[in-house]
Amino acid sequence: MLLTDLDIGKEAIITAIEAEEELKNRLYSFGIIPNEKIKVMSHSIGKSTIEIDVDGTLIALRKDEADKIEVSEVK
Amino acid sequence: MEIQKIKVLMVGQPNVGKSSLINAISNAKLHVGNFAGVTVEKMEVVTRYCDESGCCEYEIDIVDLPGAYSLNDFTMEEKVTKEYLLNEEYDLIINVVDSTHLQRNLLLTAELMELGKKMIVVLNMIDEARAEGIEINTKQLSKILAVPVIATSAKTKEGIEDLMKAIVSVYKQTQTNSKIIYSDFIEEEIEKLVKFFQEKGYKSDIPYRHLAIRLLKEDTQIYKKMHEDPIWIELLPLLREALEHIYLHTGKKNISEIFADEHFAFAKGAKMEVIATKNQRAKNITQKIDNLLINKYLGIPIFLFLMWGLFNLTFTLGAIPMDYIDGFFGYLAEETKALLGEGELASLISDGIIGGVGAVVLFLPNIIILFLGIALLETTGYMARVAFLLDGFFHKFGLHGKSFIPLVTGFGCTVPAYMATRTLKSKSDRMITLFILGFMSCSARIPIYVLFAGAFFATKDAGNILFLIYVIGALLGLVMAKILRVFVFKGEDDPFVMEMPKYRMPSLKLIYHVVYGQAKDYLSKAGTFILVASALVWFASNYPKQPNIESRYNQLITQTQDKNRQDQLRAELSSKLLEESYLGKIGKFTEPFFAPLGFDWKLGVALETGLAAKEVVVSTLGVLYSLGEEVTEDSKSLQQKLKENLTLPVALAFIVFVMVYIPCFASMAVFVREAGGWRYLGYLFIMTTSVAWILSFITYNLTRVLV
Repeated sequence: MLLTDLDIGKEAIITAIEAEEELKNRLYSFGIIPNEKIKVMSHSIGKSTIEIDVDGTLIALRKDEADKIEVSEVK
Repeated sequence: MEIQKIKVLMVGQPNVGKSSLINAISNAKLHVGNFAGVTVEKMEVVTRYCDESGCCEYEIDIVDLPGAYSLNDFTMEEKVTKEYLLNEEYDLIINVVDSTHLQRNLLLTAELMELGKKMIVVLNMIDEARAEGIEINTKQLSKILAVPVIATSAKTKEGIEDLMKAIVSVYKQTQTNSKIIYSDFIEEEIEKLVKFFQEKGYKSDIPYRHLAIRLLKEDTQIYKKMHEDPIWIELLPLLREALEHIYLHTGKKNISEIFADEHFAFAKGAKMEVIATKNQRAKNITQKIDNLLINKYLGIPIFLFLMWGLFNLTFTLGAIPMDYIDGFFGYLAEETKALLGEGELASLISDGIIGGVGAVVLFLPNIIILFLGIALLETTGYMARVAFLLDGFFHKFGLHGKSFIPLVTGFGCTVPAYMATRTLKSKSDRMITLFILGFMSCSARIPIYVLFAGAFFATKDAGNILFLIYVIGALLGLVMAKILRVFVFKGEDDPFVMEMPKYRMPSLKLIYHVVYGQAKDYLSKAGTFILVASALVWFASNYPKQPNIESRYNQLITQTQDKNRQDQLRAELSSKLLEESYLGKIGKFTEPFFAPLGFDWKLGVALETGLAAKEVVVSTLGVLYSLGEEVTEDSKSLQQKLKENLTLPVALAFIVFVMVYIPCFASMAVFVREAGGWRYLGYLFIMTTSVAWILSFITYNLTRVLV
């Protein structure tokens, strides 16, 4: 599933990032990298932006970016 | 004894408390806060260091580089930092790390270590980490990185002494030992290359290991430097082979991705080895505040309320000291006239200079409050939340959520706001933000709004009118952004990936420095630029002298006994003189341009002088409408004069014009630099002036029909 589809409060493991190199590097430098655990903290109106927690850092992403991150939910 | 100089670069990710640390080191020597971290600042500290061989004085120059998450050129700030690191001469790097986010920060540390420079790692905010239940084994970390690691806290001053000592002792080392351990297959290739350099006895200013790593990373700078070298021919096949091996092992062909994976493994491993977490408390506080402040439904209303509060506070609280400042300058002008008599010099000093400068100083309290508010929003971590909330909305208008930060800064002053656009990555996002920043009314326009709002509206409404002016300006900016996005700067969308820093109690010291710096800039502008401009406006409105007209009117005045008739004649005389002055001639010349807006030549001249700086508009109006009287725009007389001379539609049209047209000379100069060319200034001038004219025209005619 995609990060966009993960509900608030749910945790997941990143399985793949399908982005061009520049964005991928950016995500890496924030610690968003395959096999890391993330948690969805908040959505803004219409899910236009999504707040996630990666290793204690809170990061805001736009929906377009979240669509490029594949995750598998941790039940 | 000779003083030795050490040049140190301070590098770290954003929000790691670099500025606070520098303030702690410098012992609060004046250091102006930097908006959105775009400037490269330098600071000097002199320290005395003793060891077995005796004592020595050192002068340490600390260069504060803009915050960077990594060195891959994503934002302008990162580009500035990277270029400085690669191209400038310096002795060592201090890598400032946020102890509460060790893993992410170590990613940058790994990149810095690969530069092969001498380095110190500073674990800043160690007190916060402890409060959160995070224990870091600094000795162990120092062993892993093979560089000194010092735990510090800018707040409690812990570790500052140790840091100074470490700077000197690292400076004395000949080369760095810093070492990142990579996966075995990369280590093997590094070793082969190092061996090759050893055999050749190759001369290098960085250690062989680092040279090898940078070659494997396909670092363009090293390639450029080495490929003129005869050794290159022999090196090339080795390098090609090494890369082939690495590709084979990883199954990937992208070297930067391979190294990113390595850095990540390194950072994660290092963190695992040195950190013991007991419990996590502070994060919950941030989470609780976030639940309210970025709540889906309450977030935006709360934000609007805070902004409304700020503008009202600016107006109401700022009004209290204004009476005193006003009184003071009035007194000063009177005393000057009493001292110097009624001559030309007295008029120049009291009407021109004291009047003009006083007019500007009068608004210092408003400006301090506004900057205080903006600094609070920035340092508490709230700005990032607002960017999160507004990105969806902004994006629809072709703006980036991050544009919000320069836009809010623009309410204070357009100059730092232009510079703050460097946080935006894509050229088109940046250009659009630069072009619409002028629509965010800067604090120098407050005097004009206050003057007109006071003249044409009840006092209790003035704060709301001010808020309304700001909101309309901002909305106008959004509409222009959309137009620019659709027709001019099409470009790619910039991804939105942004850290939301932890909420922090703002450091009083840092806030003080920011506000103090801004207030000082404002006052020094009043003392220099505005002073000269006021004197010029005074001159242009008093010369050339018209002895003929004067003597004719003086004759008429002495002939009549009627007091009212005398006053009337005097008023006629001064307006005749004004019309014949240089300023009057300029005004008459441009009158046709402003006539459709209902402006007389005086308003036109005021707007023209306002191109230099918006503060000048008020002092010009003061000179033009009440020549020979005390000139302070808050004084009842000028407001009354405006009310007598202008109709409401004209006043509203004037406010609209001021809201939209170009801010000031200083901002134009910065705009040219940031936008990258004089022609852009030409476009900006044409755009703002025509929009200002059209909107004023509409306002004037619409209100004339309605009112």
